[in-house]
Amino acid sequence: MTEPGPAVMWRRIGRALLARPGRGQVIAGLLCGVLAFALVAQAQTTSGSSGVTAARTQDLLTILSDLQGRADRLRGQVADLQVTQARLAGGSAGTTAALAEARRRAQTLGILTGTVAARGPGVVLTVADPRGSVRADVLLDAIEELRDAGAEALQLSGVRVVASTSLVDVPGGVKVDGQTVRPPYRLVAIGESRTLSSALGIPGGVLDTVDSQSGAHAVVTTSPSLAVTALRALTTPRYARPAPSQSP
Amino acid sequence: MIVLLAVVAGVVSGLVLQPNVPLDLQPYLPIAVVAALDALFGGVRAWLEGIFDDKVFVVSFVGNVLVASLIVYLGDKLGVGGELSTGIVVVLGIRIFSNAAAIRRHLFRA
Repeated sequence: MTEPGPAVMWRRIGRALLARPGRGQVIAGLLCGVLAFALVAQAQTTSGSSGVTAARTQDLLTILSDLQGRADRLRGQVADLQVTQARLAGGSAGTTAALAEARRRAQTLGILTGTVAARGPGVVLTVADPRGSVRADVLLDAIEELRDAGAEALQLSGVRVVASTSLVDVPGGVKVDGQTVRPPYRLVAIGESRTLSSALGIPGGVLDTVDSQSGAHAVVTTSPSLAVTALRALTTPRYARPAPSQSP
Repeated sequence: MIVLLAVVAGVVSGLVLQPNVPLDLQPYLPIAVVAALDALFGGVRAWLEGIFDDKVFVVSFVGNVLVASLIVYLGDKLGVGGELSTGIVVVLGIRIFSNAAAIRRHLFRA
């Protein structure tokens, strides 16, 4: 059988396009239509879905386990970060509280050691001594009396009086912590003013003692608002060190 | 003529109806389509060679689709569905290419 040429083929195609369809052609055409329909349907399904719906069970299982692993990892990260956040938040709150407490203690200790100025109600003891007959021990008595009565901050003629303050007699005055002050002396004490003034005024007390000196006279004035502004340099202990507190 | 009309009608209805492929058929439809394409190209080639037969075409068309689907189904049951689908697509693709080459030789002698 000889191979027919292309011209024969093309003519065959042309004839077929024009020919009246037989029963076989109808069936073949139906199948081709079904094929085209399925093709379009499948193409649309593939392009419409994100690939998950068309995937196989195995692939879906792989994807699922992948996602579960990732979710587990992310959940672990979330838990870690939450712990870190809680720790940081608690730490900052604790730090703030500790800072406030430390400031409060620093203020209290500063008033006691004379490194910060103090303000409050109290009394002023003015000792006029034109002849210089008031000695350091009289002033020390006055200071002790005020301390016993609850004075919290003391100042003698511009010098802060603290626990380690020394009073030494010098000609024409008194040396307070190495600083000479001359009469009239002005002793400012902050505390409960009525208690302080009555402590100074008891019979045979400070006022009587001062008045018994020749030419000296003492006056007490109470005031609702006094200021102790003299400051004292903080001295660091050279030998004493904080000891660990014993548990009771 | 009627074949062309049927193809156009199929494409149009597919586009218009937007059919939702049932979930059970989804693994098989692509393979079935490829198998049907193979049968179609075989039919065109046979027709150009003058040995086209309606019955043979219909049987080969339906048979191709059924066998391809059956193989995919078996592959799914055996756990090698993906690999078998790939194999079927490769084999049918090779057949389609050889048929297309034969058609090209007949029409253009090249």
